[in-house]
Amino acid sequence: MQLESFQYDNKTVRNFAIATIIWGVVGMTVGLWVALQLVFPTVLNLQPYFNFGRLRPLHTNAVIFAFVGNGIFMGVYYSLQRLLKTRMYSDTLSKIHFWGWQLIIVAAAITLPLGISTAKEYAELEWPIDIAITVIWVVFGWNMFATIIKRRERHLYVAIWFYIATFVTVAVLHLVNSFELPISLFKSYSWYAGVQDALVQWWYGHNAVAFFLTTPYLGLMYYFMPKAANRPVFSYKLSIIHFWALIFLYIWAGPHHLLYTALPNWAQSIGIVFSFMLIFPSWGGMINGLLTLRGAWDKVREDVILKFMVVAVTAYGMSTFEGPMLSLKSINAVAHFTDWIIAHVHVGGLGWNGMLTFGILYWLIPRIYKTELYSKKLANVHFWLATLGILFYAIPMYWAGFQQASMWKQFTESGQLKYQFLETVTYMAPFYAMRALGGVLYLSGAIIALVNIFKTIGQGTLVANEEAEAPALEKEYTKHTGEHWHRWIERKPTPLLIMSLIVILIGGMVEIIPTFLVKSNIPTIASVKPYTPLELQGRDIYVREGCYTCHSQMIRPFRSETERYGEYSKAGEFVYDHPFQWGSKRTGPDLAREGSGNLKKSNTWHFNHLEEPSAISTGSVMPSYAFLIEHDLDTATTPLKINAMRTLGVPYDEGFAPKANAALMVQAKEIAASLKKDGIEVPANKEIIAVIAYLQRLGTDINKK
Amino acid sequence: MFSFIKKYTETMKDINFYPIFSLLVFVAFFVGVLWYVKVMDKKEVDSIKNLPLEQ
Repeated sequence: MQLESFQYDNKTVRNFAIATIIWGVVGMTVGLWVALQLVFPTVLNLQPYFNFGRLRPLHTNAVIFAFVGNGIFMGVYYSLQRLLKTRMYSDTLSKIHFWGWQLIIVAAAITLPLGISTAKEYAELEWPIDIAITVIWVVFGWNMFATIIKRRERHLYVAIWFYIATFVTVAVLHLVNSFELPISLFKSYSWYAGVQDALVQWWYGHNAVAFFLTTPYLGLMYYFMPKAANRPVFSYKLSIIHFWALIFLYIWAGPHHLLYTALPNWAQSIGIVFSFMLIFPSWGGMINGLLTLRGAWDKVREDVILKFMVVAVTAYGMSTFEGPMLSLKSINAVAHFTDWIIAHVHVGGLGWNGMLTFGILYWLIPRIYKTELYSKKLANVHFWLATLGILFYAIPMYWAGFQQASMWKQFTESGQLKYQFLETVTYMAPFYAMRALGGVLYLSGAIIALVNIFKTIGQGTLVANEEAEAPALEKEYTKHTGEHWHRWIERKPTPLLIMSLIVILIGGMVEIIPTFLVKSNIPTIASVKPYTPLELQGRDIYVREGCYTCHSQMIRPFRSETERYGEYSKAGEFVYDHPFQWGSKRTGPDLAREGSGNLKKSNTWHFNHLEEPSAISTGSVMPSYAFLIEHDLDTATTPLKINAMRTLGVPYDEGFAPKANAALMVQAKEIAASLKKDGIEVPANKEIIAVIAYLQRLGTDINKK
Repeated sequence: MFSFIKKYTETMKDINFYPIFSLLVFVAFFVGVLWYVKVMDKKEVDSIKNLPLEQ
C-alpha cells in the first residue's frame, strides 16, 4: 500500500507544554501564598485584592484550568496526531485554541482578585468568561473531531475515547452549571437557587474532578505510560471496562458533597451508592497502569520519568480509594468541612495530576526538541522534592482534619460543647505551617522542573513539523468474518460521542430533573421571605469577597452542630439564594444562623470584627475587611438586582424595584444609628453596613412568627 | 403536554425508587460492557493495544 507523507504539528504541543509549566508554577505559588495566609494572616492578606477569599479561587482555578488544562491539551495534541497518524485538522484552530485558552486564564487572573466572582466553586468566573470558555471549548472539540475524521488509522485507541468523553461531558457540565442571569458586564445571578443550585454545582464540581482532572489524564496515562515503559498497556480489555464503567458511574457521584445537608435523601443515597462503586473501575485503571510496568520494574529504578508516573498512578489509586470511603455517611460526617478534604484533593492534584504532568513533560520536551533532557539529576531532585512535598502537605492536613472533627464534636460530661470554635482554629496553626512547608517543597521541585525544561529547550531545536508516513485509510472497510455488530463503535467517533453523551446524561437527568420538578423535595416555609434590598447588596459583597471559601451556611443534623449553631438547616430556607452559599470548608464557623439565637451579636460586634477580626477573636486567621468601611455601596445596581431576582422567581412586589433604594436607606440608617450609639461614626452608605445587615438576617426567618 | 408532565412529576410518589432504578440501569449497562469485552477479537485487541508504540 502506498505511503502518504505528512507532518505532525509539534509547535502547538510545545506552546501548551510551556504554558503548563509556567501556569503550574504560578498556580502553585498562589497556593503557597494562601497557605501562608493562614499562618500569617495579618501580614499576608493584602486587602482587598489579595485577601484569602479572593485568592483561593484564583489558586484553584489556576491549578485546575491553567496547569492541568494546558497539560491536557499538550498531551492530547501530541498523542492524538500520532494515534491517528495525521496532523491536527487545522493550524488556525490550534492557534485560536491555544491563545484563547491563555486569554481566559489571564482574564481569570485579573477578575478574581477584583472580586468578580459567581462564588460557585471551580466555576467562579463571570458570564463573559463563561461564554469565552464555551467558544474555545468548541474550537478544541471541532479541531479534535475534524482530526479524527481525517485519520489514517481505522481504530480509535482507548485514550481517544477518554478525550471524547472529556470533551462532551465538560461541555454539558459547563453549560448547565453556568446558567446565569447577567445584570451587568461583571455581575450575574445563578439561574438556580438553594438546594437546586447546590445539586447542580456539586454535580458540576465533582465532575470537574472526574472529567477535567481524571478522564483526560487517564487518556494520557494510557498513551504516555506505554510510551515511557516501551510496552503496551497491561490489558486493553480492562481499559475498555475502565472507560465505560468510570464515565457511567462518575456522573452520579456529585451528591456525596452534600451528605447530611438539606438535599433530598434519595439523591444523597444515589450519590453514596455510585461513589462507592467507583472504586472498582478506578482501581481497575490503577492496576492496569501499574501492571503495564510488569517485567519492567527494574527500569523504574533508573528512569525518572517512570518514577513520576508510578507515583502518579499510585496517588490516583489512593485518592480513588479515599473518595468512595469519604462518600460513606459515617466517614463523611467526620471529614466534611475539615482539612481532611484538603488533604484528599491534594493527593489527587499534586500526586496524580502533578506527577503525571511532570513525567509527560520530561518525556515529551526532549523528543520534540530532538535532544536529551538537560539534567536527569535535577529531574531526580525534583522527583524527591515533589514526593516529600506531597507527604509534608497531606499528613499534617489529615491530622488537622481528624483533630478539627474531634474538637468540633466533643462534649463535656455535663453535656456542654468542650471547645469554642476559635480554639479549634488556633490549634491548627502548627498544621497549617507544616502544610506550607510541604507546599514549599513541591513548588521548589516545580521551579527546578521549569529550569530543567527551559535548559533542555535551549540546547535543542524544535522540530515544529515532524515528518511522518502512513498508508491512507481505505475508503471501504471490509468486515472480517465473525465480526460482531458492535465493533463499529471502535471505529466510529460519532457513535462513540453519542454513546458517551447518553451515558453521562442518564445520571445527571435522574438526579437533577426530579429535584427541580418534585415540589415535595423542597418543602417551602411560609416565614422565609426574600432579602431586603440592603441584605441583598450585603449578600453580593459576601459573594464578592469569597466568604464561602472559609464559612459554610449549612447546619447538619448532628447534636454537635445544633448545639453550636442552632436548628439544622432546612431546604426551604434557601429558596431565594442565588447562588447558594453552603460552602465546603469550615476554616471559620458556620454562618447559617449568624443572626439568630445564641449566635446573634450586636451590629457593633460585627463592625469591629470585620474591621479587625483578630482584635475581637484572638488567634483568628480571618483577614481584615476594613476597606468595607471606606467603600461606598453601589446603590445604582439595586433596582437591576431586584428586577433580576423577580425574573428568577423571587416574589418581590411588582413596582418594588424603583422604590428599593429608599427601603435600603431606611434600613442602612437604622444600622448606622445603632453603631453611633456605641460611638462608631460611619455613614449609612458604606459597604460594611450592607454586610452587617446580611449577617444579621442569616437564619432568622424560621424563628419568625 | 409539558404541563401534563409537570403536574405528574410535581406530585410524583415513590421517589425512593430512583436509587434502585439507577442501580438496575448500571448493572444492565455493566453486564453489556462485560459481554462486549468478552466477545472482542483477540487479534484486533492486540493490534489496537500496540497503537501507541507505533511510530
